[in-house]
Formats: sequence, structure tokens, C-alpha cells
Amino acid sequence: MTGSYDQERLGVLLRALRPAPLGWVRAAQELPSARRTIDEIVARAEADLAFREALITNLEQALAVEGYEPDRRILDELRDRLTER
Amino acid sequence: MSRLVTLSDAELVQHCRAGDPGAWNELVERYSRYVYAIAIRGFRLSDEDAEDVFQDVFTRVYTRLDSLRDDSALRPWIAQLTRRRCLDALVSKGREVPAEEVYSVDESTDLAEVEEAFTVREALAGLSESCQDILDRFFTRDQSYRTISNELDLPSGTIASRIARCLGRLRDQLEGRNDASEGSRK
Repeated sequence: MTGSYDQERLGVLLRALRPAPLGWVRAAQELPSARRTIDEIVARAEADLAFREALITNLEQALAVEGYEPDRRILDELRDRLTER
Repeated sequence: MSRLVTLSDAELVQHCRAGDPGAWNELVERYSRYVYAIAIRGFRLSDEDAEDVFQDVFTRVYTRLDSLRDDSALRPWIAQLTRRRCLDALVSKGREVPAEEVYSVDESTDLAEVEEAFTVREALAGLSESCQDILDRFFTRDQSYRTISNELDLPSGTIASRIARCLGRLRDQLEGRNDASEGSRK
């Protein structure tokens, strides 16, 4: 820290922390619900082999049939979780 | 203003762990600019890579919050996670990252400026909401005097002096001369 802040310096520092794109912030804030969705789908897949097969065959289609509308990150994580065993 | 805004980082972490639904939103709100600035200013990542880093950092914070040993060390922890992910992003894009760059990120001018900017931002939170608003509009949202005047229904001729006055209060806050009427978040 410089310990001396004139108006120009304060302006530079205020400009250095611009808002992140709103969509990014919203997506990060929705992480808890996204995690719950992932856990719910994985639990269902473990209990229902037919659902699991459908997910592995065509993830997006199987989820759409069940009324899920996951974003890319949820899809990526589901692919990892479903194939990690 | 939400009561969560006034919490210290350690208190906020504890609220997150307890499942307080607003606490996570506040944590993301408090650190979103910081993570974004490290990725964009500190490491000059593309928007696409910065978005991946941004989401990955918050995912890691969310899933590993229990592993944080000192709740008051949230900021350095997030900084470290972000810097590591930024370096990973650069390496995965095929950019060579010299060893000295890995070990000297703390000395980077841009990263040091992000750290100082965060300190200023914390001090900003101690000013009145009207000062926070007008400084944010002018400096980080690039709004003109005319736009600020229209949106806040203030005479356009007073905008510059209001900004100057709020900057003075911000400087006082940073230099420990804060007016008793201006509360502090931390």
C-alpha cells in the first residue's frame, strides 16, 4: 500500500476492480443449486440402471426427457461423475 | 443493505458452512471483481479462459470451504486458487510459463495493483451508500456525468464535486481519518 492516495491514484485503483460479467456472477451464485442437481441426477443414476445407460448414451437427451435444462458445466461434471466408476 | 455485507470474511465463511442461503451469494459478490481482475488484469487471460477460471475458482471455494483452516484467510486462499488456475489455463493453451513467473506472481505489478485495489474497495464499503454508488458508476461502470445525473436525478453541475468529495472521504477512510458517520464493514 502506498499510504498516499491522491484522486488520480484512487481513480486508477477503483477502475482496477471492474464488475465481472453479470452472467458469470449469477452462475457462480447458483452453484449450490447446481451441485444439488448434479447430486440428485447421480443418485438417480446409481439407483436406476436404465436411466444411467440413457445418460451415458446421450446425456443431453436423457436429461431433457426428464425435464432438466443443465448448462455446459453441469453437463461436463456429470460426464466426469458418470464415467469415473 | 443486507446484514451479510457487514460480516467479516470469517463470519461469512461460517454462515456459508451453516448453509445460510444468502451467505454464498454475498461471498461471490464480495470476491467476483477480485477473481475477475486477477484473471483479466493480472494474467491477461482471454474472456473465455477467464470465465472458465472464474467458475472453477468459485466451484473449488464452494466444495472445499470445509478445508479452509483459518476462516479469516479467505482472501489469500481465493487469490492462491485463482493464480494457480490462471497458470494452468496459460499452460493448457501452450504458453510457456517460466518458472520464475510461477514463483514471482506476488511481485507482479498488475497483481500487486489488484491487491491494493481490493483494499480500496473494502474502504469504499465503509462510505455512505450514495458515495459508493456514485464512485462505482463513474469509475467502474464508466458512466458519464450526464448519465449519472439522469439516473440519480441530481443536477449535472454537482456530479464532479460530489465525486471529488466522495474521493476525499475514501482517502480519509484509507488513511484512518474516517468520519464517525461512516461505518466500516470489517
